[in-house]
Amino acid sequence: MTEVLVVGGGPAGMAAALAARRHGARVVLLEAGDDIGGQYWRHLPGGRADPGERLWHHGWDRFLAMRDELLGDDGCEVVTGAHVWSVERRDGAPPLVHVFVGEPDGQGREPRTLDPAALVLATGAYERTLPFPGWDLPGVFTAGAAQALAKGERVAVGRRVLVAGAGPFLLPVVAGLLRIGAEVAGVIEAAGPAQLAGGWAPRPWQLIAARRKAGELAGYARQLAAHRIPYRTGAAVVAAHGTDRVEAVTVARLTRDWTPVPGTGRRIEADAVCVSHGFVPRTELALAAGCAVGVDGAVTVDERQRTSVPGVLTAGELTGIGGVDLALAEGEIAGSVASGGVPAPGAVRERAVFRKFAARLAAAHGIRPGWRAWVDDDTVVCRCEDVTAGALRRAAELTGSRGLRSLKLTTRAGLGLCQGRTCGRTVESMLTGSNEPGLLDPGRTAHRPIAIPVRLGELAASTRTSNREDVP
Amino acid sequence: MTGIHIEVDGERIAGLAGQSIAGLLLADGRVAWRRTRTGRPRGVFCGIGACFDCLVTVNGLRDVRACQRRAVDGDKVDLQEDDRD
Ligand SMILES: Cc1cc2nc3c(=O)[nH]c(=O)nc-3n(C[C@H](O)[C@H](O)[C@H](O)COP(=O)(O)OP(=O)(O)OC[C@H]3O[C@@H](n4cnc5c(N)ncnc54)[C@H](O)[C@@H]3O)c2cc1C
Ligand code: FES
Repeated sequence: MTEVLVVGGGPAGMAAALAARRHGARVVLLEAGDDIGGQYWRHLPGGRADPGERLWHHGWDRFLAMRDELLGDDGCEVVTGAHVWSVERRDGAPPLVHVFVGEPDGQGREPRTLDPAALVLATGAYERTLPFPGWDLPGVFTAGAAQALAKGERVAVGRRVLVAGAGPFLLPVVAGLLRIGAEVAGVIEAAGPAQLAGGWAPRPWQLIAARRKAGELAGYARQLAAHRIPYRTGAAVVAAHGTDRVEAVTVARLTRDWTPVPGTGRRIEADAVCVSHGFVPRTELALAAGCAVGVDGAVTVDERQRTSVPGVLTAGELTGIGGVDLALAEGEIAGSVASGGVPAPGAVRERAVFRKFAARLAAAHGIRPGWRAWVDDDTVVCRCEDVTAGALRRAAELTGSRGLRSLKLTTRAGLGLCQGRTCGRTVESMLTGSNEPGLLDPGRTAHRPIAIPVRLGELAASTRTSNREDVP
Repeated sequence: MTGIHIEVDGERIAGLAGQSIAGLLLADGRVAWRRTRTGRPRGVFCGIGACFDCLVTVNGLRDVRACQRRAVDGDKVDLQEDDRD
């Protein structure tokens, strides 16, 4: 029997675990959070269940059925509070997987090391927010933070909230904010009418196949209209104002390449601003395992979700940003293949449909280079180490180098606690003059051998106890 | 829903079981609780454990991501300042 280890309990990881079980493999599913569901099905914790939880989600019944099946299955061990902090490459076998089980950033957690016959990584993505003057003021959040706090805790990030950035993800964020009673001051989409039409209008028959998603989005659009929330395209938040917290923002019109048009700035009052310009695949573990990534930073996979490393498969957002339906289809395929089976034709079809949908998304809302014009010299780029855009530009000039590594050492950008997760792509594109990551110094900011911070005491303890387990 | 209390820099704050420390602080009307090395205020930014803006000291243990850690009744939370240059 093949033993499959799945890392990440979001839609992709859940689908992978279920598919592997259907093909007879024993499965271990590791999830850092205290329940499975991932970002899409984030919900109130068990002790505080809400009878109206279903209203917060799409496909909630599907989630409950998947979770029940996984938790009720003796052939599948679901470990929550499982923080995978490193993977260790080996020749001729998938990597060993090291995990601490316990509280996030705790101490004295239980170390475990798993030795899988096949490994499916489904660690999802985090958001990308482009910097602008004042973006580090308290009260400026990523859009996902607003969504996570609303869905997972029923906390509103502000009373009057402006939502801005690029992409259809802004719309469920608005829905979450409205549901918990915040006022939404408006939605500001950076892509202008031409960019939007270029992505969404050609080949409309492809959209018919993806109508489930299109329907979900249309529902959000109706909600905006019903609440009379202004939705502005071809514009961006180019500054946030306030002393100790945000009080207002300036919104300006953008050209086609996202350069702010001088003289078009307009002030909007808000006590919170939620900004997202897309997502970055969470590739730490995949990179540590040696998996090849593409120029967009996503893990490269074949049509069976296999990476460049034998025995390592990936599914969901870390292979490219395409939403929940793509994550589910990829998970199903990865789980089947990891357990030596053949993927169901339905999943293969869905994957094809939603990959096209993802390509449209990227065309309609993809970041364009003009944003650099709204980043002035005083704008903080690296939030951990307080490195400004001016300091970065000066260091690049002085050292005559645009190599990321030397710049990081000179300015400390990307060397803070977040290890460049928040600013890495931004630093890369500011210095290379391109939106594609890693042109000069490939992949540098994404390489983090330790995926999550680990305390030294725990590290010492984990090397003392040799408790390697086969899966299961 | 069970009410809980945590102590933040010596002050007792009420919240709900199941809230993260960050969620509890936000619901209490606070937006910032950490200072960077140049003294800039930070609170929640990403909300999902990626940015490390929200770090606090919990029961004496530094560098705990407030957005990831569930608040437990009786927790002692101290606000953090990064080392200055
Ligand atoms: C903050 C946020 C909120 C979002 N909200 C929505 C929404 O409301 N609606 C929508 O349509 N889309 C939303 N998205 C987009 C969403 O990510 C996808 O559509 C979908 O959830 C992707 O599924 P996935 O399984 O690929 O990844 P995810 O759902 O992100 O699941 C990945 C899982 O892996 C776990 N994990 C990661 N690293 C480790 C590790 N080292 N050890 C152990 N576990 C680990 C994570 O805890 C997570 O549960 C959101 C994205 C983000 C970042
Ligand atoms: S808010 Fe980003 S890690 Fe907690």
